[in-house]
Amino acid sequence: MSGVRVLVGTRKGAFVLTADGKREQWQVSGPHFGGWEIYHLKGSPADPSRLYASQSSGWFGQIVQRSNDGGKTWETAGNKFAYDGVPGTHQWYDGTPHPWEFKRVWHLEPSLDDPDVVYAGVEDAALFRTGDGGQTWHELPGLRGHGSGPNWAPGAGGLCLHTILIDPGNQDRMFIAISAAGAFRTDDGAKTWSAINRGLKSEGIPDPDAEVGHCVHRIAMHRSRPDVLFMQKHWDVMRSDNAGESWREVSGNLPSDFGFVIDVHAHEPETIYVVPIKSDSEHYPPDGRLRVYRSRSGGEEWEALTNGLPQSHCYVNVLRDAMSIDALDPCGVYFGTTGGQVYGSADGGNTWSPIVRDLPPVVSVEVQTLP
Amino acid sequence: MIRVILPAHLRTLARVNGDEVTVPLETEPTLASVLDAIESQYPVLRGTIRDHVTLKRRPFVRFYACEQDLSHDPPDTRLPEPVVNGREPFLVVGAMAGG
Repeated sequence: MSGVRVLVGTRKGAFVLTADGKREQWQVSGPHFGGWEIYHLKGSPADPSRLYASQSSGWFGQIVQRSNDGGKTWETAGNKFAYDGVPGTHQWYDGTPHPWEFKRVWHLEPSLDDPDVVYAGVEDAALFRTGDGGQTWHELPGLRGHGSGPNWAPGAGGLCLHTILIDPGNQDRMFIAISAAGAFRTDDGAKTWSAINRGLKSEGIPDPDAEVGHCVHRIAMHRSRPDVLFMQKHWDVMRSDNAGESWREVSGNLPSDFGFVIDVHAHEPETIYVVPIKSDSEHYPPDGRLRVYRSRSGGEEWEALTNGLPQSHCYVNVLRDAMSIDALDPCGVYFGTTGGQVYGSADGGNTWSPIVRDLPPVVSVEVQTLP
Repeated sequence: MIRVILPAHLRTLARVNGDEVTVPLETEPTLASVLDAIESQYPVLRGTIRDHVTLKRRPFVRFYACEQDLSHDPPDTRLPEPVVNGREPFLVVGAMAGG
């Protein structure tokens, strides 16, 4: 029987949750790398046993870990992330120039067909690539060479490149997102990039519909329709039907259009999920009720999914990389909270139950569907 | 040989047992050379104590020896004699700060 492996990154270590295809009984391993912040773990689509993990600490900096056996054992990979050339400056929170400084890896995106090729999205925002399984990393400088870099500014979490999407039909096309710069697309294998933020409107920047400066929290696509993108922005849930050339708001009847995660059903490209969060700065669910919202129409019309989720006194957050969807039928949906819970649904979101309740604050959740 | 005490997380990364390691030092015994020797013996620690490129000490890492704070001394500072002759260890310490 097929199964799933859920990779959970937390503020104090990594955890690996495994189950068979029923997704009822779970085995939990961890903490791996206890005491370290694990911003992200992800498995290679080409070799599910190959995992990569971003391990970091305010004391000792960045480490990259690699596993060749699905997370049973790990080995350290390379951790040198040096910007190409003279890094220059971006904007600081007050708009003054601030030197580019590497801080950590937020997101690791393995290639779709080569387990040794991985893209890394880092803070301060840049895109790196390894072609040797993580031993060496090189910046893909075309992104920061876009020319708008001096106008990028950090969001509350830092100037982070947090989303990397690879077009499965044309791997020279990739989409990335930076908080707070916006979304960008390359069509030539990361040599050159275009800002794709037309239609976004953001408070907090001098020109609300500027080319860059938008606090994009997450973008998602369904692999069968890579020209259709969904975005959870700082405020507003957005949709593009032309690979980001233009966006329109699809927040519809959501109780809050602020949030971090957004993801797409495995088998229904028009079915999407978000977790509305209250903001300014509260960053917990509206009314203390933890609700996943599902739209079966690609946005605008949303239904609350509450069965099994706490509906009173719940004040956790769900961070941007902390939702993932497996490829079983019906597909499973998973998300983690800053309260240390990882919730799972084995029926596309209709019912939920906690897989684990008391982990450190969850930063990221990725699921692998295993043969 | 220089005796070195690493913080627990770096001992885990370097896969060493016990509180103390020793590193050979065949050049002038300075702050920079002992850090070079640590990184040479444990390449996984490159970037965790000082920056890969600038070789500056990471902000939350401190260097102590003989009850003295050497963190802000220039890299070419000679190690104290008790460290050079092995009577005292060189300490790499994670700054005491929250977490």
